[in-house]
Amino acid sequence: MTRTHKVLIANRGEIAVRIARAAQELGLQTVAVVSDADTSSLVAQMADEVINIGPAHPAKSYLNADAIVQAARASGATMVHPGYGFLSENAAFARRVTQAGLIFVGPAAETIECMGNKSVARETARRAGVPTVPGSTGTVSDLEVAVAVAAEVGYPVMIKASAGGGGRGIRVAKDEAELRQFMPLAQGEARAAFGDDAVYLERFIATARHIEVQVLGDGRNVIHCYERECSLQRRRQKIVEEAPSPTLSQRTREALCESAVRLAAAVNYCGAGTLEFLYDDESGEFFFIEMNTRIQVEHPVSELVTGVDLVREMLRIAMGEPLRYTQDQIILKGAAIECRLNAEDPERNFMPNPGKLSALRWPLGPGVRVDSHVYAGYTIPPFYDSLLAKLIVWDEDRACAIRRMQRALAETCIEGVHSTLALHQELLADPSVRSGHFHTGYLEQWMAQRAAAKAQALLPDQSGH
Amino acid sequence: MAEILSPLPGTFYMRPAPDAPNYKQVGDSVAIDDVIGLVEVMKMFNEVRSEISGKVVRYVIANEDPVEAGQVLLIVE
Repeated sequence: MTRTHKVLIANRGEIAVRIARAAQELGLQTVAVVSDADTSSLVAQMADEVINIGPAHPAKSYLNADAIVQAARASGATMVHPGYGFLSENAAFARRVTQAGLIFVGPAAETIECMGNKSVARETARRAGVPTVPGSTGTVSDLEVAVAVAAEVGYPVMIKASAGGGGRGIRVAKDEAELRQFMPLAQGEARAAFGDDAVYLERFIATARHIEVQVLGDGRNVIHCYERECSLQRRRQKIVEEAPSPTLSQRTREALCESAVRLAAAVNYCGAGTLEFLYDDESGEFFFIEMNTRIQVEHPVSELVTGVDLVREMLRIAMGEPLRYTQDQIILKGAAIECRLNAEDPERNFMPNPGKLSALRWPLGPGVRVDSHVYAGYTIPPFYDSLLAKLIVWDEDRACAIRRMQRALAETCIEGVHSTLALHQELLADPSVRSGHFHTGYLEQWMAQRAAAKAQALLPDQSGH
Repeated sequence: MAEILSPLPGTFYMRPAPDAPNYKQVGDSVAIDDVIGLVEVMKMFNEVRSEISGKVVRYVIANEDPVEAGQVLLIVE
């Protein structure tokens, strides 16, 4: 007889509920760990056991590896699913879970480390023959070397501080004259800001899309579940995702997905993972940026277009089962869209809005899925992120899926807190969104135009009437 | 004696960064519009500014404690 497994869910919110559902459908016992702020959460009501792991502050609860491992031991859990965020890509946590004799639902700590380091991941990609953004190999200190590298990768080029991050320490040179002018400035800025004047060059892609490939591996074989288009972002936060991407040709799609599989196979990937790419609409080229070694927020769109339950497969793989699919069994069918409903006020610069949901009605009917942890009467705590729900639809093609999403949004009713519900309706009415013509900067431009139009409408009439 | 209240619910921080000194210490003077702490609401940090002037008598709340809107943060005289 096989061992009976018990899954500890080391997360909160909608993903904790998602994991509990998958575990229960597999007949597994579940343990929810909650902070003081989450004792009445939906996952706490669903799980077989609930353990309080500490105060509301994430550092004292959901990021507290000691408390989580202790809860796993105390409850007799055999597996730990980290979800996304919190400790999901923390190699030290994965190692501790394993050393405690438990199964970490995800790749080995070494894989998390390897793919978490940007330059190591880039090098691994290069060796696997997966294109990365063209640029210098390592850092550049000599101006003439920089000029030679730029001539090869093509202008405009970005001069990036090696120690930089979060968009700091970046300059864009549109030609050689600018590179000669900006390189010493960039080095000086890097030294001043980061105490390290090392810079490297990378081609600047002005209008890129963010397209990512879902993979599943069992440590021996790797398959893909096609791509997700995630270009509609605000401050690097995805707002709307869809599958498949409306821009890729079938040939490019195959090439992109095959290179993702090659890279995941190069590290004998085990579990669910996502490889993020930049896609240049103009040249049709794609470039690997990074890999996320966990389940992602937007995984449901891939589930709907392929019929694969990714979270269930993660659990099966973690229990030692081989992949249950070969690549030719993964068939892309129809189109799926996800709208993230956040407890934020779009009319007040997306001010977060925790509080009590006085009334709530989710959409129902054909092709609609809602992944959420909230319920009528629930008080959204202020300590965690603002995601209320993911509204996901599937239909036979993209145009139908957009209409279905509009119908589902119209059926949805959220009262008591401000949310991004109405904003999604406006966005789905936008001609560029409807036709699939956008890039990673599009949503912010659209928001700025929308704000300007609203300000104009509020101005007093100056026409003399 | 007067109280400075939190305008928002969330997590209270006494300093701008973990390795930075506190905005205010007991005995420091407080002017109108001085920042006395941060409240993190759903990963967004909001400065709490004083609407009164005086001298810090004591903080009523510890660093990283949860806070409700309208809860007393510190006492000023």
